[in-house]
Amino acid sequence: MSEPTPAPGGTPPTFSLDGHDVPFEAGQTVLSAALAAGHYIPHLCYHPEFAPHGSCRVCTVKVDGHPAASCTAAARAGTEVDSRSEEVLEMRRRLVQFLFTEGNHFCPSCEQSGSCMLQAVGYALGVTNAHFSPLFPNRPVDASHPDVLLDFNRCILCELCIRASAEVDGKHVFDLSGRGIDKHLIVNAESGRLADTALAVEDKAMSVCPVGVILRKRRGFRVPIGERRYDAAPISVVALQKRPRPSTAPREG
Amino acid sequence: MPRDLSGILARHRNDPTRLVQILRDVMEADGWISPPAITALADALGLPRARVEGVAGFYAFFATEPRGRYRVLFSDNITDEMAGSAELRQRLLDAFHVRLGEVSRDGLVSIDVTSCTGLCDQGPALLVNGRAIARLTHARIGAIAAMIRGGAPLSEWPDNLFEVHEHVEREDVVLATPFAPGEALDAAIARGPEATLGEVERSLLRGRGGAGFPTGQKWRLCRAAPGRERYVVCNADEGEPGTFKDRLLLARHADLVLEGMTVAAFAVGAPKGFVYLRAEYPFLVPGLEAALARRRHEGLLGVRIRGVEGFDFDIELHVGAGAYVCGEESALLESLEGERGIPRNRPPYPVTHGYLQKPTVVNNVETLAKAALVARHGADWLRARGTARSTGTKLLSVSGDVARPGIYEYPFGVAVKQVLEDAGARRVQAVQVGGPSGTLLAHNELERRIAFEDVPCAGAFMVFDESRDMIDVLHNFARFFAHESCGFCTPCRVGTTLERQMLARVACGKGTRKDVKDLGHVARLMKAASHCGLGMTAGNALLDAFAKFKPSFDRRLASLDVLPVFDLDESLAEAREVTGRDDVDAHFPEEP
Amino acid sequence: MAAEKKKLRVATASLAGCFGCHMSLLDIDERIVALLELVELDRSPLTDLKHVRPCDLGIIEGGLCNAENVHVLQAFRKNCKVLVALGACAVNGGLPAQRNHLDIRDCLQTVYLTGHGVRRGFIPNDPELPLPLDKVHPLHDVVRIDYFLPGCPPPADAIWQFLTDLIAGRTPQLGHGLIHYD
Repeated sequence: MSEPTPAPGGTPPTFSLDGHDVPFEAGQTVLSAALAAGHYIPHLCYHPEFAPHGSCRVCTVKVDGHPAASCTAAARAGTEVDSRSEEVLEMRRRLVQFLFTEGNHFCPSCEQSGSCMLQAVGYALGVTNAHFSPLFPNRPVDASHPDVLLDFNRCILCELCIRASAEVDGKHVFDLSGRGIDKHLIVNAESGRLADTALAVEDKAMSVCPVGVILRKRRGFRVPIGERRYDAAPISVVALQKRPRPSTAPREG
Repeated sequence: MPRDLSGILARHRNDPTRLVQILRDVMEADGWISPPAITALADALGLPRARVEGVAGFYAFFATEPRGRYRVLFSDNITDEMAGSAELRQRLLDAFHVRLGEVSRDGLVSIDVTSCTGLCDQGPALLVNGRAIARLTHARIGAIAAMIRGGAPLSEWPDNLFEVHEHVEREDVVLATPFAPGEALDAAIARGPEATLGEVERSLLRGRGGAGFPTGQKWRLCRAAPGRERYVVCNADEGEPGTFKDRLLLARHADLVLEGMTVAAFAVGAPKGFVYLRAEYPFLVPGLEAALARRRHEGLLGVRIRGVEGFDFDIELHVGAGAYVCGEESALLESLEGERGIPRNRPPYPVTHGYLQKPTVVNNVETLAKAALVARHGADWLRARGTARSTGTKLLSVSGDVARPGIYEYPFGVAVKQVLEDAGARRVQAVQVGGPSGTLLAHNELERRIAFEDVPCAGAFMVFDESRDMIDVLHNFARFFAHESCGFCTPCRVGTTLERQMLARVACGKGTRKDVKDLGHVARLMKAASHCGLGMTAGNALLDAFAKFKPSFDRRLASLDVLPVFDLDESLAEAREVTGRDDVDAHFPEEP
Repeated sequence: MAAEKKKLRVATASLAGCFGCHMSLLDIDERIVALLELVELDRSPLTDLKHVRPCDLGIIEGGLCNAENVHVLQAFRKNCKVLVALGACAVNGGLPAQRNHLDIRDCLQTVYLTGHGVRRGFIPNDPELPLPLDKVHPLHDVVRIDYFLPGCPPPADAIWQFLTDLIAGRTPQLGHGLIHYD
């Protein structure tokens, strides 16, 4: 756990997170301050290297009694943040169940199993099933690229690959089309095929997918099941160990 | 090779912020937006291709797959449904042997549904290639089918088919006070920008689009924001089902609205404005363009307005493309910039970071009309009507089970009962005030008053008499929200679809106690955890109905226990067909 | 308390699954002796009884891919006070549900008529054979499920923990390493 940086010439402002004082600096959000102070709040679409946009809502907390996405809510001195009441946990469980209901998440046949954030957050919240009737959308995979497979079945629409490709790689390989429940990831090619885009295996966009959509071919089981990112310890521990996440985190697989 | 798009592009100055307008023109010309057209537009505009494809895929009136040469969209508001829309729709489907959502084999016609088209006082209604046809009857459907079959271009269809009537049933000061273009501006100029702003503040005018934010405060924040580039945007994306009061204002009182924008521009110091008009109102475009041209000609728009040095302001008309969420001001700004209509994270708010991240005032049509009248007649004139906290009047769009649907202007504080009496409603079961995202009132709440401090109302006032089943009403609303969710955040994207599915089961008598429980869970989650107002309000009517119409749910339930969520016997149909079996084991018994 | 504790009656079945979850149950190894002190088995692949009788606990492996699966599940629901979905297929359809984007008609025609190397094929139509559903479903799409134990298969330790909790009257709690979706 790192020490919070005190403001020069004074103690930093704090908010209260489940009874713990959390110091923060101007510009920090509830989530970034909490993580920096060694408190885990579940999240999926948040990545420390990108501006938060608050789409998955799994990091929902209650700030002074009002629900808010902690990744976009600015930290404010003196506020009471509730991140562990049954009410908050229940919201998060439902949101994770929504994601499992929406996509085709067949973990046994996914090569990211064990390194998947959605799965790990589900474990952390004690989610044992999707509760709702699964939507079973039809989302064909794109295997056109020689080195990369796209399996859209698992996409949770966090937009991290879109942001990484546009902001870091300068390529804009990914974007979204459709809306509502038909919203889906697309690639930047008239053919609709990944092979016809500028994606390269070194791209940042290759390393940010929290689930198992963007996969290096022929690497799937290089790290054996049982030795993967969230096997030894739950995500609530791993997320704090890996802070800040290395920019070129090697993907299992 | 795509056909030449340079004409369309030139008309829009190759300006990527006009992407939605450009795609509208491509739709109009080609009937769909083809992959090569997307590539060509991306190249010409210097945009990533996927961005253009994403925008084309977002709006309901853009087709990225071939549609019929005639694209018919039936308005699917509950008021259309109550007026017999489904039967008329079926008749047209039968006439062309197509199913809903499909294109006929010969590519002649495609028929589908769309969200409320804002013609609830004269439904059922439809759009054909974007043009509105109201007051549908079997005779009108027959005529439409004949003209489609004959291949007549829309310009040759009889004009009266496209007539939209304005029914003003009650006038108060806004609709009844005569207004001469320029008089509000002259009064504002005489007062000066600061005093004009002060007058609007003192009037306690609040936004008429739903949120009720104090208009003067909004203008003041924008005026105080740094930078010289500021914008005034008129939100004419009147998408809340059951609302059509802005339609009347723009059709009959365009000058008042445009002058309100100009007064706002004067007060905040904005050189440029936009009217963002919903796509369902194309019949308003010629009148608005003419009003803009006339006002430019008369020196009410352009440079040195009314001879005032430095008072330059002009207005551009933008037309949407079928997205309710763009009524949310930050989504509207995204759309104005040529993007997918996704609501932004706030703060920062549009008053400091609006159109192109510049300070921007976004006001509803009715708000701007009232602002013009405040500038002309003063704050006290507005405060003379209404209540202390809700000053002035409110335009209500009354529809549903009433004898006289149309626009009613009342001072704020009017009792719901009064409106029902004036509109000729009988045996009232419920009133949906403010549209599906608003408040569902039961028959024992009719003494309540339309005001920000009691029942707020953005304009919709839909009446349901005792013959209606409230579950059908809620099912219609659930379809609406599922169709209109932008899909940005998980709770709304998935929640609206689950609500639609579960309400469909309850509505057709196959629901269970678990469905009803889950409907409540989902509605509360959407309210608490959604990114924007759409998701936060998508469960309102349902939660109101749980409190007020619980027996309507209970009597529809098929079981207190869990039942299959799909039709068991139907799920074997295909296998029966392909194996040729029809023995007893090839079926499920009626009741498990 | 003089009376000896009554043994819990337990039934199990494998529907659209691979029996892997049952194998994992057997992987509790010698603890099965302790388990059998507490439960007696009714219908189960382990007893070869074909009909489920009134039971305290029903455990179902596998999802629903055909009419017979549905009948068995409904019989379990009718007879079991508590019903558990055991393993990935029971919980969300699992591997068999990955056919859900395919048309069942095309599937049958390809496999039995037009597929590579098929000669003089025909689509089996014996009334003895259960007809396939157009889609594979998880159990909770058809009946009320009281508990879900995910995993492909759930680890033996998870099954043991789950069952001992349940038998002891505790709400099953599975910590890190025991809840697994794969």
